Amino acid sequence: MDQNFWYLFSAYTLIWVGLFLYLFTIAGREKKLAEEIAELKAAVEELESKEEGRA
Amino acid sequence: MAGLATRLRITPFGLICLVGLVASLYLSLIWAPRERVMGDVQRIMYFHVASAWIAEFAFVLVGVSSVIYLWLRERRWDIVAYSAAEVGFVFCCFVMITGPIWGKPVWGTWWTWDPRLTFSMILWLIYVAYLMLRVYGDDMPQVKTFLAVLGILGTIDIPFIHFATMWWRGLHPDSLVMTEEGLGAGMEVDMRIALAVSAVVFTLLFFYLMQRRMALERLRDEAEDLRERVEHRHPGTVGA
Repeated sequence: MDQNFWYLFSAYTLIWVGLFLYLFTIAGREKKLAEEIAELKAAVEELESKEEGRA
Repeated sequence: MAGLATRLRITPFGLICLVGLVASLYLSLIWAPRERVMGDVQRIMYFHVASAWIAEFAFVLVGVSSVIYLWLRERRWDIVAYSAAEVGFVFCCFVMITGPIWGKPVWGTWWTWDPRLTFSMILWLIYVAYLMLRVYGDDMPQVKTFLAVLGILGTIDIPFIHFATMWWRGLHPDSLVMTEEGLGAGMEVDMRIALAVSAVVFTLLFFYLMQRRMALERLRDEAEDLRERVEHRHPGTVGA
């Protein structure tokens, strides 16, 4: 085996790990925002229905 | 594999990129011939050069969209600039990591203040400054203007990175892609094909990540808009 194999292995592994970590952070942020949007939409609807009830 | 794709919310375009990455990995590690002087470690080049291309291209995109943003003041161009900066930073990190890993066995050192390496480090620092400003002051209009100016000024570094090996003597090898004899004339045909495939796949990957990142920013805007609507109807509800 080439004595420099570990350099090659480390370089490619780090790129793949980095790429997947970045994809995980994007997916995590998307999930968190989607949940927040769902909660906020529910809050807006609740407030609007209360306002309509008062009117 | 399907579970991972669902968890990462990978779209069909993302799957195409993933298949392209695997194909590129095969071409780079197995199909391309072994370089006579450096040996297998030279195979780092296929992903290192492709990452460098994206890191530079992304910052040019930051600069161009910053100019348009300053001109039109439309949020969508600000989103393009921010997304390109974040995705470009990821690829710039790949360059800054794989470069020293390649340099150590070939040059005998992890780092040297070679002109191209120095200008690449400057680009990385510009990315860091840009993203830090985004994180800490993105909601202020003056900061958005300053970010756009930084985005434009930062592009000045790109030609220095690109032509550093022609303008100054250093340890970094001359460009094998853009030579006086033609594109990729300094490499064997199989190496050229492997590098071209890597560059195309990384470009597709960049646009895929940009798409995801821009969608995320639009979600953030939607959440901000809803927060304001709740706050307007019922002050003190949000963030209490």
